[in-house]
Amino acid sequence: MVEFPPLGPVMPEILMTGFALLILVLDLVIKRKETLAFLSVAAAAVVMYAVLGTSGVTFSGMFAADGYSMFFKLIFLLSLILSILISVKYIAIERVNYGEYYSLMLFSTLGMMIMASAGDLIVLYLGIELMALSTYVLAGFIRHAVKSNEAAVKYFLLGAFASALLLYGISLLYGLTGTTDIKGVAAYISDNGLAGNPALMLSVILFVVAFGFKIAAAPFHMWAPDVYEGAPTSITAFMSVGPKAAGFAAMGRVFLIAFASLQVQWAAILIPLAIVTMAVGNIIAISQTNIKRMLAYSSIAHAGYALMGVIAGTPEGLAGMMSYLLIYAFMNIGAFAIIIMLRSEGFSGENISDYEGLSKKHPVSAALMLIFMFSLTGIPPTAGFIGKFYVFMAAVNAGYTWLVVVAVIFSAISAFFYMRIVMYMYMKEPRREVELTTSPALGLALAISALGVLVIGVFPGRLLDLARIAITLGWGL
Amino acid sequence: MVELQWYLYLSAAVFTIGVFGFLTRRNIIFMFISIELMLNGVNISLVSFSHYLQDPRGQILAFFVITVAAAEAAIGLAIIISVFRNKETVYVDEMTETKG
Repeated sequence: MVEFPPLGPVMPEILMTGFALLILVLDLVIKRKETLAFLSVAAAAVVMYAVLGTSGVTFSGMFAADGYSMFFKLIFLLSLILSILISVKYIAIERVNYGEYYSLMLFSTLGMMIMASAGDLIVLYLGIELMALSTYVLAGFIRHAVKSNEAAVKYFLLGAFASALLLYGISLLYGLTGTTDIKGVAAYISDNGLAGNPALMLSVILFVVAFGFKIAAAPFHMWAPDVYEGAPTSITAFMSVGPKAAGFAAMGRVFLIAFASLQVQWAAILIPLAIVTMAVGNIIAISQTNIKRMLAYSSIAHAGYALMGVIAGTPEGLAGMMSYLLIYAFMNIGAFAIIIMLRSEGFSGENISDYEGLSKKHPVSAALMLIFMFSLTGIPPTAGFIGKFYVFMAAVNAGYTWLVVVAVIFSAISAFFYMRIVMYMYMKEPRREVELTTSPALGLALAISALGVLVIGVFPGRLLDLARIAITLGWGL
Repeated sequence: MVELQWYLYLSAAVFTIGVFGFLTRRNIIFMFISIELMLNGVNISLVSFSHYLQDPRGQILAFFVITVAAAEAAIGLAIIISVFRNKETVYVDEMTETKG
């Protein structure tokens, strides 16, 4: 008889599945959807607690709950909690206050958690699909709005295309190495000296393209601005953090474990990719008039910065990338929370000109937006500076000084469009009365993200230590 | 006995037809069917590798791909229907609501 594998390491995922199904059922009996939102936050908190106490490998190495995945799961759950908090009032305003919304968010996060823990390419694929399928639906959640429909169509077509490319890469890798186990692949490649094999290179390229789509790296970014603009704002916030971080988590595992002996080759592909990503993101963002679209390009640019951590290929680089993504979760969801505040009945609040003179009438919100914009630019003492600093530092130590110089130049360009928002808020006269929509949940989300940005900005040591410990403890467990 | 390479040629051909169809067609339904072709191209190569290596993993993954493709079809068609209700078009060229 075959012994049943231990379920301890997958407990957080099992709990998450249970909660997501429970919310789906409770939706039938609970009429007040706010209750479901708070139940979902509670569920995410319970899962977070479970994640912290879980470690180990199960299902013959297919699933690894190591330090690396734990750190990423905390990012996913944090972004889930913040996104739910900013959704509560917003989806009522958009008249899509349905319970499935929360359940789909939980399922999407479950997919990300599985991706981060995947020790096998089959599990990786299933995680990606669970995450992506739930997010396609969420992007098109405002069924009566054409914009949202179009966002879902574009996201779906390009996401499915990317998954198919990833699968072809997996099948080539399987044919070459005879296994789908990430460590087995690595061992086979280095034992048999496959480094120059053209089929293997094709597989690496397919992986780069597929992950490029998932993290919205140029030139595979063209879906991102349209999807981010059309999707419900709360989902844009969620998508720009969670799935992106999950893409990086999977990328780190595949490239640094499975393709560890091909580092020279994949770095040669990723470096131009990172440069183009930073260029496209920062330069095109300048000409945007819609703030969601502008933040979409900004999110593309940030993927470029985080990619430098992967390119460095050292534990330090990965730790930098991980802390960067955590910091990005705080500052980006914070900025989207302000955008959601401006949205009220009959007023979209998505134009950059809507921010003119915001500080006169609403000084607190303007000040918070200022913090988030400073952080996105990377100005001390905010967390955004710390994130960039660690990633750039790791890249310098790995010998990519010129790449860091390029990144710093693009980072300076980005100041233009972030500071434009600040300038509009503080140095222009209000053109029209802007009413803010607030709710306790939104306030809480704003408080958490602002606190995160400032505390990490002032006391950064703990975070990087945590990321380093996560890697040294768990890497290759 | 047909040799492995012929299955791989077939798989690559089906996959490439899918990629080509996806990139050239502008009708969402056709783009979607092209993606299905790509997935089935992958399945052919997975199953033939699995047979060649005498290892079950490839077939297991092929089953998963078929299952996920079914879920993807359900969600994709739902999205296409919802866009058709509002816009009465299935051409991506006409989806220009978001531009910048």
